[in-house]
Amino acid sequence: MDFSLSEEQELLQDTVRSYTANECPPPRVREVFDGESGHDADLWKGLVEMGLAGLAVPEAHGGAGLGLLDSALVCEVLGAGAVPAPFLGHTLAVLALRLGGSAPQQERWLPALASGDRLGTVALGEAGGAWAPEEWTLSLQGERADGAKTRVPAGPEAGLVVVGGAGGALGLVDASAGGLRWSAEDSLDRGRRLYALELEEVPIETLAPGTGARVRDAALVLLAADAFGAGTRLVRMAVDYAQARQQFGQPIAAFQAVKHQLANMALDIDPTRGLFWYAAHAFDHLPEESARAAALAKAHITDRAMQVARDAIEIHGGIGMTWECDAQIWFKRALFDRQWAGTPDTHRARLADLGGW
Amino acid sequence: MDLEFGASYQRLREEVREFCAAHWPPRGEEAELPPRDQAIRFRQRAIEAGILFRTVPREYGGAGGETDVLSETVIRQELDAARTPHRSSVQGTHMLVPTLLECGTEEQKQSYIAKTLTGELRWCQGYSEPGAGSDLASLQSRAELDGEHWVLNGQKIWTSQATEADMMFGLFRTEPEAQKHAGISYLLVPMDTPGIDARILKMINGGQDFCEVFFDDARVPAANIVGRRGEGWKVSRSTLKHERLLIGDASGARRSFDGLLDLARRAQRGGQPAIRDAGVRQRLAEIEGYVASQEYAVARMLTAIHKNEDMKVMNEMLMAKLLSTNTGQLVARLAMELLGDEGLTMPTAEDAAMGIPSEYTDSYWVSHSMMTLGTAIAGGASNIQRNIIGERLLGLPRDPRKG
Repeated sequence: MDFSLSEEQELLQDTVRSYTANECPPPRVREVFDGESGHDADLWKGLVEMGLAGLAVPEAHGGAGLGLLDSALVCEVLGAGAVPAPFLGHTLAVLALRLGGSAPQQERWLPALASGDRLGTVALGEAGGAWAPEEWTLSLQGERADGAKTRVPAGPEAGLVVVGGAGGALGLVDASAGGLRWSAEDSLDRGRRLYALELEEVPIETLAPGTGARVRDAALVLLAADAFGAGTRLVRMAVDYAQARQQFGQPIAAFQAVKHQLANMALDIDPTRGLFWYAAHAFDHLPEESARAAALAKAHITDRAMQVARDAIEIHGGIGMTWECDAQIWFKRALFDRQWAGTPDTHRARLADLGGW
Repeated sequence: MDLEFGASYQRLREEVREFCAAHWPPRGEEAELPPRDQAIRFRQRAIEAGILFRTVPREYGGAGGETDVLSETVIRQELDAARTPHRSSVQGTHMLVPTLLECGTEEQKQSYIAKTLTGELRWCQGYSEPGAGSDLASLQSRAELDGEHWVLNGQKIWTSQATEADMMFGLFRTEPEAQKHAGISYLLVPMDTPGIDARILKMINGGQDFCEVFFDDARVPAANIVGRRGEGWKVSRSTLKHERLLIGDASGARRSFDGLLDLARRAQRGGQPAIRDAGVRQRLAEIEGYVASQEYAVARMLTAIHKNEDMKVMNEMLMAKLLSTNTGQLVARLAMELLGDEGLTMPTAEDAAMGIPSEYTDSYWVSHSMMTLGTAIAGGASNIQRNIIGERLLGLPRDPRKG
């Protein structure tokens, strides 16, 4: 039995952590967060050069050919740094092609995604919180698609959009072909902006049936990992603040009420890492457990991370309620991870069904 | 990442399974023996077969071999699955024996270890006192040396199984002038010594497990000290070194959760099984998140300890108790909800006794709802656990300590 990360996986995390800590420290995170687009092209270029765009792309197509756990571990680090990068949507687009693309489709798209020539994204959700593949309505019959999707990451930055359609099918849309209308949503997490997408007579190619549910499951795992990273960082921020902030002539961390709240926060988030490790492992190796493990990881971790985020703001006191305080950026990171692709309760209802309860 | 135990552990698992099938439950004449004698015989055979107490040297009654944390887990899982009585008094086998191996005299090891392992000799732990709970080192029970004897006076409390135990290992103040931690000695006390009075304290669930023990000039041989005078605090802590092999396997949490699912299937709500109720399903799913977290945390600890990378899992080790306590409370809350009116009835005496239940009856759940409170108190109260997490893990200021 070996429930641990390999040396390569630890090295991958260390490498991404030190790169993003240098290139995107909190002041830079804030700059992008408050910026026009929420996108940092130079940072993404650097991450692409590190090989992150091709992490999940098979080696034959120019990538590293790694598993979902490796992508999830990167998400953990990006979440911890609240790094404004389009890794989530891009990786899901890669997975859609890897899992459901025909040989010619993979040949055409995967090398461009691995090299970063094209940024990928996924358009899964529809109005009214329709995240489940069986709820998608956009018609993928025929060679052209019409319809609307919401909450699409990266938006106009993307060169390839994987679109979810009726019956849980997925289709590929070349964004340069025209016919895509993007409108920016007033996104809460301003480091990962979302867009509404309207398709009008857009040429579309379908992927293998059943891929939609798999890509949704992968999304749940990556969000859980991101939230774990964000939650862990929020505990650290709250600890640091409590050590620095003086009241009644001592650091507030010396008050047992505060100390216990911080301990409870650590206890909330720290033991959850195995949920996303296992769900990522199951995604690649234990197909019959994969959907349920992904739902459990997303439901539990993102809920715990959000509780930690709320407590972290409370520890910060008045300053925690301001835009000026960095905690708000991580709070919104965690909230995105919780809300996007379906809320915890939605997935708890699914995992009850999947458990045959 | 690999969650299978692998071929060599699979072989071990099969060996243990075969051993259990051959020896438990007992057959023939042995089946007629009292349960305690059956259990002692089973443990003797398991030790001889190299399954139980694998690292305790042969000359002291152990199996005299080697082990590792994964083997211990596999063995415990199989012994539990076959419902064998492999756990004798945990205080004896898991606290006293490691302490004697570490700090005991040759004579103490020869006299006590073998019989403790089989369960012939039963122990209770004399630590807590009415005035010394979380602040254990403030204990006041005295032992004064008078010629060849220690003379004991004072009171111990929350002493599990004191009326059944043959012996107590306890902490007593022997150097009243010394600073508080330095004035304590670790003594071995026969419970039939005149001047010792153990009384049962009826527990919250009606159980009879809990006791208080009074000492009134009870005379114990001077040789019954473990380690030197005034070093009892350190001696009592020497057990901790051995705890890395005793990482729980979280199977208790999963068993309990499965029991809760069964309860939800048989309890009724709105004319249908409660498990069909959307609210109940949500709460079950939420609890499963905690149960699974605990399982993976244990898997991670087992892996790291097996590779001698304990430092990587300090978080898990320091959080383990509070995590399992909290999960237990969530299970208890939902169980009470599902019990409804059945929660208005006292548990049976059998269900009020400690241990792994043979069946998750309604009466068991009533008892469970109260006994899970105990896990928040015994062996380091939850608020003390929060201090430990805060201070040792998060690096927060230590609490001021007075006295």
